[in-house]
Amino acid sequence: MFQKGLRDGIPIALGYLAVSFAFGMMAAEGGLPVLEATLISAMNVTSAGQFAGLEILLTGGTVLEMMLTQLVINLRYSLMSVSLSQKLDRTVAFPHRFLIACGVTDEIFGIASTQPGKIKASYVYGAMCVAIPGWVCGTALGAAAGAVLPGFLTSALSVAIYGMFLAIIIPPAKKDRAVLFVVLLSMGISCAFTFVPVLNRVSTGFVIIITAVLVSALAAILRPVETEEEAS
Amino acid sequence: MRESDLIYILAMAGVTYLVRMLPLVLLKKEIKNRFLRSFLYYVPYACLAAMTVPAVFFATTYVLGAAVGFFVALFLSYREKSLLVVALAACAAVFVAERLIQWIA
Repeated sequence: MFQKGLRDGIPIALGYLAVSFAFGMMAAEGGLPVLEATLISAMNVTSAGQFAGLEILLTGGTVLEMMLTQLVINLRYSLMSVSLSQKLDRTVAFPHRFLIACGVTDEIFGIASTQPGKIKASYVYGAMCVAIPGWVCGTALGAAAGAVLPGFLTSALSVAIYGMFLAIIIPPAKKDRAVLFVVLLSMGISCAFTFVPVLNRVSTGFVIIITAVLVSALAAILRPVETEEEAS
Repeated sequence: MRESDLIYILAMAGVTYLVRMLPLVLLKKEIKNRFLRSFLYYVPYACLAAMTVPAVFFATTYVLGAAVGFFVALFLSYREKSLLVVALAACAAVFVAERLIQWIA
């Protein structure tokens, strides 16, 4: 399980490298020391939240503003943790749950929650061991030497995460019409939140929460999952 | 490092950790309700789909480059290639497409 986690963590680490590199560069441009930028990445491991947090840090916002922003942007992780709490093998003890919580990112959640059957802590640890160093090292590199990775390389690497997301959702969508419905409707709603005036003022974190709750609830009403089906 | 920065960073990390940790630790029991179970079954697909489109198209230097990467990834995912293969192929496709775009432009 641990090794499978390591392997599945590689595409995540690649994508993280590109995104965290950009974060490190922005932090350095804003005048943050390399150590500080790296510390932020090591303690948060969240892209949208960190970019927003950096903005508040550099423009001298208040601590309360910082906390509220993180709450709003990162609240989607709660939804993911609820989903993951049901996916984890029930024998996974509390100390492990505290540690696994550090690894609840969009990407690690993506690979962990779509594994067949229940998952063990070791799988999540495997993915964390590859992905989180990618995130932290990318930040340090970006902050220390913004010119090490040329722009065309970060541009290409930044689609790694999305490629991975598609590799996770497309195969089940092929086999299950309800999943296909969920995927297409979610993409449509998320586009609406990006392009429709007024709607596009909603923050990214909330767009994901609103979309996931609406679409999943609708699918659960229209096509409730049978117990044995869910175990597969 | 400025001391005040550390307070901001700790506040930031604290909130981020709590939203992740609380549901994982508080919900140790299995949820029996059929609606909730079905709801949670669909959540990952809804989240990942919403995070991918349209964001993928703005991730690269050129929207066209991203579009090429997106369709390559879509095709290979449909063929059920592994996560790593799909991710690397998408990166390679964007790389080639954007070199071509720059060469033509």
